[in-house]
Amino acid sequence: MSETAIFLLDGEEVPFEPGQTVIQAALSAGRYIPHLCYHPEFKPHGSCKVCTVKVNGRTAASCTLPAQAGLDVESDTEEINELRRTLVQMLFAEGNHFCPSCEKSGNCTLQALGYDLGVMTAGFRHFFPDRPVDASHPDILLDFNRCILCELCVRASCEVDDKCVFALSGRGLSKHLVVNAESGLLADTDIALTDKAMEVCPVGVILKKRVGFAQPIGRRRYDPDPISAQALRDAPRPPTGAGHCAACEVEE
Amino acid sequence: MTETRGDSAAPPPELADILARHGGKPHRLLQVLLEIQASRQRISPQVAVEVAESLGVPVARVRGVIGFYAFLAEKPWGRYRVLFSDNITDRMLGNMELLTALCEKLWVEKGRMSEDGLVSVDTTSCTGLCDQGPAILVNGRAIANITPQRLERIAELILAQTPLEAWPEELFAIEDHIHRKDILLDHGLQPGDALRAALARGAESQAEQAANARSWREGHGGGPSGPAATLEEIKRANLRGRGGAGFTTGLKWEACRNAPGKIRYVVCNADEGEPGTFKDRVLLRAYADLVFEGMTVCAYAIGASHGFLYLRGEYRFLLEPLNEVLARRRAAKLLGPSILGQAGFDFDIEIHLGAGAYVCGEESALIESLEGKRGVPRNRPPYPVTHGYLQQPTTVNNVETFCAAALIAKHGGDWYRAIGTAKSAGTKLLSVAGDCARPGIYEYPFGTSVRQVLEDCGAVNTLAVQISGPSGVCIDGSEFDRRIAFEDLPTAGAFTVFDSRRDMFEVARNYTHFFAHESCGFCTPCRVGTAMLKATMDKIAEGHGTPYDLAEIEKLDKVLHLSAHCGLGHTACNPTLDTLKRFRPMYERRLKSLEFEPAFDLDGALARARQMTGRDDAGAHLSMESEP
Repeated sequence: MSETAIFLLDGEEVPFEPGQTVIQAALSAGRYIPHLCYHPEFKPHGSCKVCTVKVNGRTAASCTLPAQAGLDVESDTEEINELRRTLVQMLFAEGNHFCPSCEKSGNCTLQALGYDLGVMTAGFRHFFPDRPVDASHPDILLDFNRCILCELCVRASCEVDDKCVFALSGRGLSKHLVVNAESGLLADTDIALTDKAMEVCPVGVILKKRVGFAQPIGRRRYDPDPISAQALRDAPRPPTGAGHCAACEVEE
Repeated sequence: MTETRGDSAAPPPELADILARHGGKPHRLLQVLLEIQASRQRISPQVAVEVAESLGVPVARVRGVIGFYAFLAEKPWGRYRVLFSDNITDRMLGNMELLTALCEKLWVEKGRMSEDGLVSVDTTSCTGLCDQGPAILVNGRAIANITPQRLERIAELILAQTPLEAWPEELFAIEDHIHRKDILLDHGLQPGDALRAALARGAESQAEQAANARSWREGHGGGPSGPAATLEEIKRANLRGRGGAGFTTGLKWEACRNAPGKIRYVVCNADEGEPGTFKDRVLLRAYADLVFEGMTVCAYAIGASHGFLYLRGEYRFLLEPLNEVLARRRAAKLLGPSILGQAGFDFDIEIHLGAGAYVCGEESALIESLEGKRGVPRNRPPYPVTHGYLQQPTTVNNVETFCAAALIAKHGGDWYRAIGTAKSAGTKLLSVAGDCARPGIYEYPFGTSVRQVLEDCGAVNTLAVQISGPSGVCIDGSEFDRRIAFEDLPTAGAFTVFDSRRDMFEVARNYTHFFAHESCGFCTPCRVGTAMLKATMDKIAEGHGTPYDLAEIEKLDKVLHLSAHCGLGHTACNPTLDTLKRFRPMYERRLKSLEFEPAFDLDGALARARQMTGRDDAGAHLSMESEP
């Protein structure tokens, strides 16, 4: 079994465990596939599409694609990297991202991906959406301008914190994050600074108050090493994903 | 906060009734919300909290569901909500002029509730009445054939605050407009005929009969049992799905039958949202028995005990008639326990309503919606045949597919596959609309040419035909000898005719607005890409386009094809690219210049200032450069 549990990634063999998806197997094997909404600790989601690869001639999101023996996966090709650059440009154009004044700059996954993929221009006209911030909570600021709708906070709050503080509403370009309170304000939820949901935002939406810029630019996460190197360091953590929020499950 | 003021009193009793009726089950959420919306015209945050508590789900999830569906709202939109169907066929019949006239008459702005909370007027995606448009929905009730005179009456009824139930019945008349019948529309079956034939086919293979009551429910495929024999006929018929994708029905049923699971489900996809398609509306209205019979045949073949018909919200007017047909079939032992006396053959059907979301026509999104969630297509695999409704094996088929299955159960697979072409067995219902003398339903054997259809429906000077709606293909006069068939022009049924007066750029632009409006927003490429496509088409329409924009459309198409999560995104650029390929001059004559690409519309930025000052004269406009 272990002999056949191998697929090809850019021509090189990658072993996998049953139940792993292509990106999970690749990261465990020390092979980087750019990704954004995928997080090793949560159930793969498949929405950002940055981890798209070409498999036997067809494209698929590698985070949700089950690993199978004999797959021929192309990832680091000009066609696919160009696609990824375009997707990152789309996310920048969709929200209001002003890196020079953003507290998350240097710690931001979207920004780091942009650098690593070589996104040199905006590429598209920006939408400049009107997204008011939620500063109601004494310790936490929600700046929706930067939201890329990856649902990591949704998943963390439901799967790990068992609170479901966050959910998505709207659809299409009007899709947006909502919080679990009648008032719609974060102050009226049971979120806590110690929640997993506080840690996972890849961009600068969920911020702790009064610690802004405590860590100077230049000494931030992605300042010394590009995201491709860091993702591999993070990878060996086994996916837990077993978190369970009773309220989220639909049962007969 | 004054937003919840209107609800601060004790809630009307019906809220408790609605919640009690649905038994606190979270997967009833969407149905609960639809009933609340119907009775109160909104679902306030306070009510959302009560619903959340009753069903044991987070209120954020309730609000997420409200925000997803076009026919649900947290904010009030007036005691009367008038929605104009905004398909291109409605546009061609002057719906925008009618909308403007109604807004003036009612003294409201499009998309905003009147100051007195009486009424709001807006547009909605195609309501499936293209053969009798322009069409509107008033508080969810469909009204066809809108003329200035009829609209005047409607405005008066609204201003007089006449309850909808007291509006003259003839306002709500809907016609079937069947113009050509073939084996399906002329089926000649009585309720139960197909089922009896299926059961008899089982009885012929008597040997296994004794074991059937146990084994077929458990899905063991072996042996020529009644269900297996029925499945065999469906496979032999070479029936393919009629909803657009064209998957082989027999294989789908077999996979579902063989999948391990506690319980199996049959789902009829009656979320007919593709603009220009309305044949399911007619089948559900005039052929409901055949639809339910086909579902029951499927249940027999795959061993299912539960069925759902997912009815698009726009067809709300069909709900009561359909429920009456179900009741009649139960009384005739064609539904319920031991159907036609066959021990162990227990099957019943429940109707769920959609709430204004085209993407729910995608089968996994439809299942999410059936489970009361946001209608977001699932990651596949696993597929619904193994992990569908509540993660159980589920067969989802189109309305027309079930009708064809009933015919096959009665007459056999060989009979069916002899009709049509070698690769496309049987007949296809077309929803013909647009520029023709006789819009309506036409049933043809597969292999019929576009030219034949155009002749039959009385189309002259035809410039183009949109086959299968915006997610299908647009063809021009040089292609009218192409044939309706899976191997040439596959279609879910829409057949929209455009004559030489039409501007195909505007047709494509209407469709890009549709896709942007209906994108579920789950994946980056579709959420952002459809909005960018719409913005680009609008930019060209406003006279600010350049060749760069045409290149950008092609770039967006590539991104959507490579990475979108579902078919909506994959096909969103098709109408633009099809028309660009065939009618490029209609685009190019709008382009500003071949060199200059204005990034910012200076004059457009002054629109608000003009609105505030009530000016629209030449002096209130800026020109960025001389006319081209």
